[in-house]
Amino acid sequence: MDTLKANLELFEKMVLIRTFEETVQSLFQKGAIVGTTHLYSGQEAVATGFASALQPQDLVAATYRGHGHALATGVTPQSLMDEMLGRLTGVCGGRSGSMNVIDLEHRLIGCFGIIGGSIGAATGAAIALARRNGVAIAYFGDGAINQAYFYECLNFAAVRKLPVIFVCENNLYGEYTPWEDVTAGQIRARAEALEVKSETIDGNDVWAVQKAALASFDYARNGNGPVFIEALTYRFVGHSRSDPGKYRKPGELDAWKLRDPLIIARKRLVDEFSFSPQEVDAAEAGVKKRMEEVREQSLKAPSPGLKKLGSEFMELKRTGGGGA
Amino acid sequence: MSASQDELSFRNAIREAIDEELAADSDVIFFGEDVAEAGGVFAVTPGLRDKYGDERVFDTPISELALSSAAFGSAVAGLRPIVEIMFADFLFLAMDSLVNQSAKYWYLSNEQKSIPLVVRSAVGGGIGFGPIHSQVPISWFLGVPGLKIIAPSTANDAKRLLKAAIRDENPVLFFEHKALYATTEVREELTGQEILGKARIVREGSDITLVSCMKGVADCLEAARLLSEIGISAEVLDLRSLRPMDNEMIQSSFSKTKSLLVVEEGPITGGWAGEVISIANEVNNDGMKLWRIATEDRPIPFSPALENEFYPSATTIFESVRERHAR
Ligand SMILES: Cc1ncc(C[n+]2csc(CCOP(=O)(O)OP(=O)(O)O)c2C)c(N)n1
Ligand SMILES: [Mg+2]
Repeated sequence: MDTLKANLELFEKMVLIRTFEETVQSLFQKGAIVGTTHLYSGQEAVATGFASALQPQDLVAATYRGHGHALATGVTPQSLMDEMLGRLTGVCGGRSGSMNVIDLEHRLIGCFGIIGGSIGAATGAAIALARRNGVAIAYFGDGAINQAYFYECLNFAAVRKLPVIFVCENNLYGEYTPWEDVTAGQIRARAEALEVKSETIDGNDVWAVQKAALASFDYARNGNGPVFIEALTYRFVGHSRSDPGKYRKPGELDAWKLRDPLIIARKRLVDEFSFSPQEVDAAEAGVKKRMEEVREQSLKAPSPGLKKLGSEFMELKRTGGGGA
Repeated sequence: MSASQDELSFRNAIREAIDEELAADSDVIFFGEDVAEAGGVFAVTPGLRDKYGDERVFDTPISELALSSAAFGSAVAGLRPIVEIMFADFLFLAMDSLVNQSAKYWYLSNEQKSIPLVVRSAVGGGIGFGPIHSQVPISWFLGVPGLKIIAPSTANDAKRLLKAAIRDENPVLFFEHKALYATTEVREELTGQEILGKARIVREGSDITLVSCMKGVADCLEAARLLSEIGISAEVLDLRSLRPMDNEMIQSSFSKTKSLLVVEEGPITGGWAGEVISIANEVNNDGMKLWRIATEDRPIPFSPALENEFYPSATTIFESVRERHAR
């Protein structure tokens, strides 16, 4: 049945993201990927759940921790992995790297390396999307709610009644600092103060996310204005590259690993959606095998040549008609 | 506004340009603080909201970052926004969106999409607004690849250049000098499409080139008149576009006059006048050897294959010196 298949696909998407991130990590440790990377392992249900409610005309803005959002939205694993490696065949031709991926063909406005940038980008996109029944979604972390972008844009979107969904992924830390050490009051209360429709959800259960996503898209698409969602989740890996995560409280990681979105999804697929454990295993193995192929092909992908610098400006498209 | 039909004020030139482009293309929108209902603090945009409706012309909260980022996002999604940042001194609050989002998008996205937006902003002093309402922040943006900077000196040119800026496919900062708003000119007929990036010789001369923009151009013209009385023939070059600069015209004028003075309204350290002098010097050094190596005018690429070649290095320095000294 269709919905059954869709449920298994949610699981496969999350496995794809986890496997992609593990591949990035191993290539980084080998020195094949340079610079820095911010992995999404542990938070997969948020991007996957929201992406399942997207329509073709909708647009997505994410952060430097954006591989998961990109894959969930439809960016191909091959073009994304090629970008990680700085190859010509990367989704941005090797120009953007891990932190700044853009893929408009797959609805991704961009991943923004400045904390809060995604909030502004989605707010603006919503001005255009309101004309074509679309919705924009901004992902950002608990750290971003202390940025000017957050207040300015929530207010802007609210007074203009823009179709935008603000998704704050509260993974308890901004880099190495617990969010409550640097944040006054509660996160959701800030949106509530602006009378923006708000909800806090379990960000590790993909179906809980999907349910909130469907309701949010509906609300925003029908001209009711923005929605704010706080998704409670946790990252299983360091903030970036080789962060060992010494700031974590004792037992915290283990407790969250019991609530791994993949474990929760697997259990629900078997208990509630009548899949056999073997079917779930087979799906997982299939995704992992494909990622292995992606990895091999990426390592062979061509490098951008020196001539690929390109121009800082786009040439004029339209001419004539400039007169009074 | 009471000027006769064949007079055009700088203020009306701006409004007419926005009006005509709003009429010509439904993707053009215009927003900012107090621009719609009130028609702008410099009374530049009255009537536009009533003519085009609140969907296309609207007032925003006092949130410079939000409104410049809203312009960016709406341009990504297909619109052609014009925004007003009331005083250019407030642009610093919008810096991240302009510099990191709009200016880099075309290049970073590997040319998937450009950002056709115009930020209009009032600059300049001389009317008693003090240190934080009178700055001309051109040099803050001069080193930002992907941005264009336009600064007109006359009413007809303001209209021509603003229309071209709105039709340009790239992010454009459009600076309006406050002291020029009330100036008027005989209306010229606008024909064809102006291309951004061209300077203009507004007075020919043979002994010295005076380079400026905006209000400085009128000052240079008046100085040139005084100089002619003591037998010095001054050429006056109106830059019009600060980024990109018209290197060719600067260099050819300097080649002719062999003397060049740049007049900038702004601090001398780090100002754009130094850029003009460098450009003039680089071809015309009369046997002197004076030049620069820097990175290309592009955002910094990620791929090691691109980034490694992007910066000056011992090799490029060595090659450059060897080549020049062999001449
Ligand atoms: C404007 C800005 N300031 C600081 C940084 C450096 N920085 C990168 S990630 C990060 C932490 C962000 O935390 P949060 O918003 O919770 O997102 P998370 O990384 O947890 O997903 C910081 C401070 C930045 N990229 N941009
Ligand atoms: Mg966080």
